[in-house]
Amino acid sequence: MKLLVCISQTPDTTSKISFNADGTEFNAGGVQFIMNPYDEWYALVRACELREALGGTVVALNVGPAANETTIRKALAIGADEAVRIDCEPKGAGFVAKQIAEYARAENFDIIFFGKETIDHNGSEVGAMVAEHLDSPYVSYASKLELNGSTATLERDIEGGVEVVEIDLPFVLSAAKGMAEQRIPNMRGIMTARSKPLKEVPAVAFEDAAKAVQFNLPPAKAGVKLVQPDQMDELVRLLHEEAKVI
Amino acid sequence: MVLVFAESPRGQFKKAAFEAVTYGKKVADMLGTTCVALTLGSVKDAGELGRYGASRVLHVADAAFEHFDSQTYAAAISEVAKNNNASVVVLSHTSTGKSLAGRVAVRLNAGLVSGVNSLPTGNESTLRVKKSVFSGKAIAEYEITSAVKVVSLMGNAVKPESTGSPASVETVSVASAKGRIRVKSVKTQEGIVPLPEAEIVVSAGRGMKGPENWAMVEELATTLGATTACSRPVADAHWRPHHEHVGQTGIAIRPNLYIAIGISGAIQHLAGVNNSKVIVVINKDPEAPFFKAADYGVVGDLFEVVPRLNEAFKKFKAAH
Ligand SMILES: Cc1cc2nc3c(=O)[nH]c(=O)nc-3n(C[C@H](O)[C@H](O)[C@H](O)COP(=O)(O)OP(=O)(O)OC[C@H]3O[C@@H](n4cnc5c(N)ncnc54)[C@H](O)[C@@H]3O)c2cc1C
Ligand SMILES: Nc1ncnc2c1ncn2[C@@H]1O[C@H](COP(=O)(O)O)[C@@H](O)[C@H]1O
Repeated sequence: MKLLVCISQTPDTTSKISFNADGTEFNAGGVQFIMNPYDEWYALVRACELREALGGTVVALNVGPAANETTIRKALAIGADEAVRIDCEPKGAGFVAKQIAEYARAENFDIIFFGKETIDHNGSEVGAMVAEHLDSPYVSYASKLELNGSTATLERDIEGGVEVVEIDLPFVLSAAKGMAEQRIPNMRGIMTARSKPLKEVPAVAFEDAAKAVQFNLPPAKAGVKLVQPDQMDELVRLLHEEAKVI
Repeated sequence: MVLVFAESPRGQFKKAAFEAVTYGKKVADMLGTTCVALTLGSVKDAGELGRYGASRVLHVADAAFEHFDSQTYAAAISEVAKNNNASVVVLSHTSTGKSLAGRVAVRLNAGLVSGVNSLPTGNESTLRVKKSVFSGKAIAEYEITSAVKVVSLMGNAVKPESTGSPASVETVSVASAKGRIRVKSVKTQEGIVPLPEAEIVVSAGRGMKGPENWAMVEELATTLGATTACSRPVADAHWRPHHEHVGQTGIAIRPNLYIAIGISGAIQHLAGVNNSKVIVVINKDPEAPFFKAADYGVVGDLFEVVPRLNEAFKKFKAAH
């Protein structure tokens, strides 16, 4: 079993988001970076569980600069066997997908895992792009994955329910809540992570035709209007006449 | 031409399809071109898409499209886009659209922006679109410069406008494709508007004390025709089913009205709901962080406030 888990690095959920003065670039100063939660908790952990049950190799892959190595080492500490970093600034979904596809094409992975989305771009784009580059089936928002020989059964989240699908290896998936339980790396994991291989691969050229050019903070809320708990008719009136939502 | 893929899960258009066509029509008007809708698989009343602005409706009836498979769907959409010289392809940012958008973009060599939430500006060569990023904490404007541009539209970002008349439906064929995904079963809650589509959401948290108290939340939702949601610890404790869980790890929603009952408003919860148009917070703690993100607030005991609010809505509904 050869499994690839694509991990991205994102600002911690609780960090304050700001941009440079003309709003063209994210201000990384003072921001705590983490492994994108869906990549870590669901994709990576499920891949490690499958490897533990069936044998094989889990490769963690990040497209990013050397500064991301702390995040990559964490993936190794959680259980990935080896890691690959494609050395570049991850300039957008199209660019990142191209890098991952070029690397994965030669490696013949049985399953390529993505998170359902990154919590900074909120795109849900990269997984589908890689699947298309590799002409591979893609199951997005998978909340359950079981393997039986070379056939996988997955549940995927759809609007108001789940769809159960079956697919033969190889394929690509994006992982959502339910697929696995978060793992905290233990001391042994952290120690062995230091000696696991972390390969650096050069990036290929690719021009992304969609670029973020301007960032703004959302308009500030006017502030909460408080209504007394015994004045619910007044709240209903406000929702009808002022907010116009009922 | 602007091509809109109007998705029809299990043979039926949902709101997402009407929103996408409405949006596609507005983009077409802005670019001085026409809006064409595409449907795949058997579907009822495909011509209805004309009412929302499609001047033509193309229908691929092939049985291969009865079940969703992003590989075959993306191939078909891209083929139709190429054959008709589409300059913009619009999809919905739904479970279907999220599996498709990246694939279609790769096939068409197109720049992609997913989850756009407002009308674009610019022209045929450079289109500028906006979306919410950093889990609702910022708005980004993207520039798309490829010949073909792909966008997926966030739910509830535009209101479906059905002011036109039905269009005639043209059957078209695409290269036959056999998907590799076998759909075994689909389990959905019947009779409930799924959370991502709901215009009003009534949501409750740990302040409810226990699952036995949820009747008042459901009654309020029934009065308002709303869908119910909950915070993560409530789902984790199995007080409520997991599909109701909203927030960073659950579903992200943007209803017109979000009523939060006994929820503190932690940042991970807000990440899934702060794009709601209007937020009402009911909490006994005036210091609850949710009040900072709220438009209207009631500081009080939910066990008293919620039944009163339900009565007030009932009175309002009876009078309107
Ligand atoms: C990585 C991560 C991801 C997470 N993802 C999510 C997510 O997706 N969604 C999510 O919701 N949470 C998420 N959480 C959890 C989140 O941080 C909060 O712990 C959670 O949202 C709190 O739920 P709550 O507001 O229901 O409960 P509490 O924080 O316990 O709040 C209960 C509230 O009810 C009020 N209350 C109590 N009794 C009454 C009464 N009688 N009348 C009125 N008000 C009353 C209290 O004042 C309090 O404000 C995540 C956490 C982490 C670390
Ligand atoms: N720079 C990156 N390196 C490796 N994987 C990535 C990177 N960016 C995104 N991904 C993967 O693609 C998924 C979807 O990302 P997105 O399309 O940005 O929402 C993430 O959950 C990761 O699994």
